[in-house]
Amino acid sequence: MDNATVIERLQTEFGDKIGPVGSMRSGEATINVPREQIVAVAQFLRDDSALAYNFLENLCGVDYLGRQPRFEVVYHLLSHANRHRICLKVAISEKDIHVPTLTGLWQTANYQERETYDMFGIIFDGHPALERILMPDDWSGFPQRKDVPLGYEEVAFSNTEAQISARKPYAEE
Amino acid sequence: MTTIDHRLSVPSPHSITNPALAGKTNTMVLNMGPHHPSTHGVLRLVVELDGETVVNVAPDVGFLHTGIEKNMEFKTYQQAVVMTDRTDYLAPLSNNLSYVLAVEKLLDVEIPERPTVARVLLVELQRLSSHLVWLSSHALDLAAMSVFLYGFREREQILDIFEMVSGARLMTSYFRVGGLAYDLPSDFLPTVKALLDIMPSRIDEYESLLTNNIIWQERTMGVGAIDSAAAIQYGLTGPGLRATGVAWDLRKDMPYCGYETYDFNVPVAKNGDIYDRYLVRMAEMRESVSIARQAWQRLKDMEPGVFQTSNRKVAPPPKTEITHSMESLIHHFKLWTEGFKPPRGDAMAAIESPRGELATYIVSDGGPKPYRVHLRTPSFINLQSLPHMAKGQLMADLVALIASLDPVLGEVDR
Amino acid sequence: MGIETKAGDMGVVTTSLETVVNWGRTNAMWPLLFGLACCAIEMMGAQGSNYDLSRFGMEINRASPRQADLIIVAGRVSRKMAPVIRRLYDQMSNPKWVIAMGDCASCGGVFNNYAIVQGVDEVIPVDVYVAGCPPRPEALIDGIMQLHSKVERMKLDGTLRERAPIHV
Repeated sequence: MDNATVIERLQTEFGDKIGPVGSMRSGEATINVPREQIVAVAQFLRDDSALAYNFLENLCGVDYLGRQPRFEVVYHLLSHANRHRICLKVAISEKDIHVPTLTGLWQTANYQERETYDMFGIIFDGHPALERILMPDDWSGFPQRKDVPLGYEEVAFSNTEAQISARKPYAEE
Repeated sequence: MTTIDHRLSVPSPHSITNPALAGKTNTMVLNMGPHHPSTHGVLRLVVELDGETVVNVAPDVGFLHTGIEKNMEFKTYQQAVVMTDRTDYLAPLSNNLSYVLAVEKLLDVEIPERPTVARVLLVELQRLSSHLVWLSSHALDLAAMSVFLYGFREREQILDIFEMVSGARLMTSYFRVGGLAYDLPSDFLPTVKALLDIMPSRIDEYESLLTNNIIWQERTMGVGAIDSAAAIQYGLTGPGLRATGVAWDLRKDMPYCGYETYDFNVPVAKNGDIYDRYLVRMAEMRESVSIARQAWQRLKDMEPGVFQTSNRKVAPPPKTEITHSMESLIHHFKLWTEGFKPPRGDAMAAIESPRGELATYIVSDGGPKPYRVHLRTPSFINLQSLPHMAKGQLMADLVALIASLDPVLGEVDR
Repeated sequence: MGIETKAGDMGVVTTSLETVVNWGRTNAMWPLLFGLACCAIEMMGAQGSNYDLSRFGMEINRASPRQADLIIVAGRVSRKMAPVIRRLYDQMSNPKWVIAMGDCASCGGVFNNYAIVQGVDEVIPVDVYVAGCPPRPEALIDGIMQLHSKVERMKLDGTLRERAPIHV
């Protein structure tokens, strides 16, 4: 199984419903899929007997601030039988930040989609329990977006130590 | 909007308590953690019990969330290696390897053979050390305390080797982009040989304490079984998947670092219960000793000296060179002030860590700092299979189940 | 061994109450079973047989904070975990001591970002800081010895002397 075969099968099946094809620098083929097609494409890749991508390896979000559409959800599917990996990317804009969920196909998408929601604010339609998973429940904001600052504390040197120490909230007994 | 089903496959802590069913069922919802003696770190479990039987369990994670992925975007590629140590803190060298392989794919740089073989040897020693901690804490949770003391005795020897090589016992950051951080010291090979010679008999000693022990068998056989189809649905990898019968090991099936040239077996079991996971990990320890021995033999036959790539744009030149070579001085300067800049694009590298499939996905925008780093950590994903395994088991089995899944909370929460 | 030389023929030792109380407190200080991250592994290593902690009377880690004297905060404290630590500290009964083990507990360590409390002393008051990432088991034992010397300086009302009392 190699990239060309997979891309050809996908293009035969979906035609121009899927977007442009690229490749990762580590060799995997990248297929840009519009969000309406992602469940159908993933199901086709999983259920086809020759392609057999039976394992969802990775699901994460990327924030390309300054590009339209801004966000991207990256899926990596792995085929145990063919020992082959493929990458699917769904681009969504900030105004309409919804993507259909893959939990109907793979249960493992559950936590990974929750984490993507928690960190980027991407909403997965149809997810059974889309809540915050890593941040506290009452946290506001989505930390891994590029316009959210890192939130660091100023490093204290000997000349600034006294003033920083005065502002720091030390605990009482 | 979709309604929440009370019996979810991977429940969340809020959805497990359905207010519509309040007062109508006989079950009790109990909180376990985050401070608990047997949860292997700060894991909180919301357990729904019917008497002593577990009806459902929802893990609540995030108590150790460190923002490592975002923090790595503010460090150069070489500085970010230090952050990867602290995700899976029982196998820091594996994390280093996964990240470093991904950056090397981005850069498309070749690593010479000697550092590659040294990487394999050290990663297998790291696998041994991580499995020793798993064994010690698993046995300690089931009240077999001597195994804890025995396991840490061997682990001290392995940590002494890491300290000899890199200066630090745990957070070594020894694998750098381009090869190793420093050359292997001269007494590395004899010390490793001494360890590898005694290790098989020590593994026999641990097995003699537990494998045919009736109490161990009663507590682990038939408990927490999962079948291979469910395991793949939940994304379970590593020894948990191999215990269900699927012979998937990235070292054999999608090899990296020259693993295809080593001769080793992949242990597989049938039932997928706790006892099988234990057997698979014990067999893996023996295989690690065998691979380490082969790597040791190759290192012994090789010429010493080479420990990083000769591409000066990626790996720094030796300090002695910069006094007489202008080019080396410039390379040194650029690497230390700015760092190397991989071309635009993304790359992924997956390795077989002691817990399962550990992958690093890096997006580069052409700058000296990574644009986005995502760590696909096995413990986070393996934890999703816990509710499936725990349904119908007793409360005391839950402790054994968590121990057999071997989660490391630093990896779960990052 | 030390007592008989002072006891003499009558089996009577004269000392101050504070010395005896502090001697009892230092020799059997029970830590709370509380490990957060990587430093917890070094703490477990310190309790193993190579760097034995049970020679200080610390081999049992109490799981319940009501029974523990000492909390060794081993690892990074995230914002979600901070209220939990405060609650555990409040449940411990007096006298209680805190060792901040490692760089993350002392000052935030490597992680200067939104998710980590920059030093556990923003949440609970700390007696001894042990530096290292992670500190070697010997460094942790050194921190424990420092805590012992601090406890030996304690007066009965809880305040500290400037230096250790002189034993005759």
